[in-house]
Amino acid sequence: MMQSNDEILSATAIVKRFPGAIALDHVNFSLRRGEVHALLGENGAGKSTLIKCMTGAYRRDEGSLRLDGVEIDPRDPLDAQSLGIGTVYQEVNLLGNLSVAENLFLGRQPRRFGLVNTREMNRQARALLANYGMDINVSRSLDSYSVAVQQVVAIARAVDLSGKVLILDEPTASLDAQEVEMLFRIVRGLKAKGLGVVFITHFLEQVYALSDRITVLRNGQFIGTRETASLPRKDLVTMMLGHELADAEKELRAHQPDSGNVRFEFNGYGKAGKIKPFDLSVRKGEVVGIAGLLGSGRTETAQLLFGVDKPDSGTATVAGKTVSLNSPRAAINEGFGFCPEDRKIEGIIGDLSIRENIALALQARRGWARPLSRSEQIALADRYIKALDIRTTDREKPIKLLSGGNQQKAILARWLATNPQFLILDEPTRGIDVGAHAEIIRLIEDLCAQGMSLLVISSELEELVAYSSRILVLRDREHVAELTGGAITTQNIVNAIAASGSEKAVQ
Amino acid sequence: MIESAQRLAWRLAPQLIALIIILILCRLVFPGFYSIEFQNGRLYGSLIDVLNRGAPVALLAVGMTVVIATKGIDLSVGAVMAICGAVAASSSVRGDPLVLTLILTLGVGLICGVWNGFLVSVLNIQPIVATLVLMVAGRGIAQLITEGAILTFNDPGLIFIGSGSFIALPMPVVTWLLFGIAVAVLLRLTALGLLIEAVGINRRASTLSGIRTPVLLMAAYMLSGLCAAIAGIIVAADIKGADANNAGLWLELDAILAVVVGGTSLLGGRFSIIASLIGAMIIQAINTGILLSGFPPEFNLIIKAAIIVIILVIQSPKVQGVMTFLTVKSARKRDVEQTAQ
Repeated sequence: MMQSNDEILSATAIVKRFPGAIALDHVNFSLRRGEVHALLGENGAGKSTLIKCMTGAYRRDEGSLRLDGVEIDPRDPLDAQSLGIGTVYQEVNLLGNLSVAENLFLGRQPRRFGLVNTREMNRQARALLANYGMDINVSRSLDSYSVAVQQVVAIARAVDLSGKVLILDEPTASLDAQEVEMLFRIVRGLKAKGLGVVFITHFLEQVYALSDRITVLRNGQFIGTRETASLPRKDLVTMMLGHELADAEKELRAHQPDSGNVRFEFNGYGKAGKIKPFDLSVRKGEVVGIAGLLGSGRTETAQLLFGVDKPDSGTATVAGKTVSLNSPRAAINEGFGFCPEDRKIEGIIGDLSIRENIALALQARRGWARPLSRSEQIALADRYIKALDIRTTDREKPIKLLSGGNQQKAILARWLATNPQFLILDEPTRGIDVGAHAEIIRLIEDLCAQGMSLLVISSELEELVAYSSRILVLRDREHVAELTGGAITTQNIVNAIAASGSEKAVQ
Repeated sequence: MIESAQRLAWRLAPQLIALIIILILCRLVFPGFYSIEFQNGRLYGSLIDVLNRGAPVALLAVGMTVVIATKGIDLSVGAVMAICGAVAASSSVRGDPLVLTLILTLGVGLICGVWNGFLVSVLNIQPIVATLVLMVAGRGIAQLITEGAILTFNDPGLIFIGSGSFIALPMPVVTWLLFGIAVAVLLRLTALGLLIEAVGINRRASTLSGIRTPVLLMAAYMLSGLCAAIAGIIVAADIKGADANNAGLWLELDAILAVVVGGTSLLGGRFSIIASLIGAMIIQAINTGILLSGFPPEFNLIIKAAIIVIILVIQSPKVQGVMTFLTVKSARKRDVEQTAQ
């Protein structure tokens, strides 16, 4: 079963050089028929580069690539697709305004008399999706469906077009637990049909839930390929991080008892249609965690507190003074900062340099007439690049070229530069590799120890448990429970999220 | 300081090279192109002509650059020129003092900008549609002001703005040079340039970073209106009258072209006013050169279009990519930025 002729795709000694750097240094990778092979590594390890070399987005400099034992050299992703290698990216690469069927058959619509035969196309689309256990209205526009459904449509299209190898690049990054399970069911189905699946993700649990083998890259080097079943998680983390393991392992912070004065207080704060009125008080040097499923009102709470949405009820008090937080600017003037969930759309200014991105919030607060001089900006940027270990060759590089984790650190730096009193972090560790993940958690703890107040929203419950001194649980756009002290456990959070009825479970 | 001068030179290089090539071509088709004479206290010659005739587009390009940097566009500037020319002429005919005439005219230009800015930043209408409104309505407004006739005036002060001279240069040249450089310096010495670029690249993220985006957008359209007002005064003063039908006709397109030739992307973000000014001069040099060359006039627009296509092709990302590739290859040791991911 595990003979070499089972190999469907094999890459041997792949080398890819960029000016000034070797992105891949003799990397090997082999994919068997009917296996799910996880490709892991920190950001910058070379995962994307390897994928791009295999799909023809990049030309490799050395090494050989074989598909079904035949040497191939795809010129571009389209070429790779026709050879049998399909790719689905984290951001669904489809057209949201077209119908599901049109997306599935774009460029190869069934025709009649030279015109698109819509009825036939819809029929085929329904048949295709039925293979994936999906029964949806294929004539509705794609963006009327959830990201999970869009992922499945993207997979269906990729498999239909290529059919030998499917590469999934962080497909689960924006899905909730149920949707991930649905996706996994589909991937297992494809595996049973004999496809080779390459699976890239940052979630280790998912790696263990789905993959048969694991290949780890680090800094462009091939570290090794292992059977998932015989690789303990600790060893995997060691492979990915090298020696940083001991630090990366979570140490549970002792939950400090509530002390100090309440600095930020919100009473009956809410907005109809977004989030029901809630009370919230945050003390100096305290991390308040917010837990809840997607759509439970987590992000809405953050946006309301930061003035992105205007509240229609309740009052906000900062240091005993009633304030009105009607715009982000007003909130910033009260010492607030906000790292949004969607970095690309709401966080980074892609074409501006890392330096300018870091200086932006401080500059905006000073006003246009009091510019930070170039040397002040450089000093600011260099300080935070060093303090937060933002990995870049140059502070003048456009921020869009950085990896997700480094972008997140740069946005954190943007706020830290304004010396905020109250920092709101919405999913600060989403889509970030293990190394940066640990660093950001450490940073949260440091900031808290320095007396900053933080409000952190996260889907990773263990993470919340580790650093929060209180956790608010949200369900159906309502704050339903507050956990403090010893009551803060993942089990209690799950129970509170799952509990039916709306009685408050205050501990 | 030296570093920033180097950056500026690097940024302006393609536009300067294009301008030099155009000027050389002009010299080839019209031998007397470089001769400059000094008469009656001012300079005359084809080069001075280029600077002088290019004034309206250069002024419009200043405002247009800023608007485009915010990811917008202002189609109304030609019509605003007509309105402002009409306002200036009617005010002058009424016998208002020159200062009042100028204040009135510039004020009307600013109000036009406020209207556009209101539609774009408060009502969130797409800039191309929002400014189309005034583009269409503007000429009608101008005709109402002039009551359908060409309104002539003879206030020597007002006429001086269009055809006078100052330190041997025609007034329009002095005006656009001073104004353009003043705006460019203002935007770069303050933080406005950075904030405008941020808004143009990602409006939502900019708002979340505390930038007052509506105010900034409003200011950009007001600047564009002000530029159109100055250009309108110059054009009216030049012909000593306001022609509501023809003043500034199609100049919005030349202004947009000047910005594009200047290398500022229509997608917003990074901008350079100086490059746009050079772009305006490239366009005017082409116009003047074709006129002087003696080609049959029916070829003019086609030749102009061909030259512009060549400039745009050279600037296109595809060709730039090839050029970068070649330079990288020839100087591999130079530490060139490229993403390794």
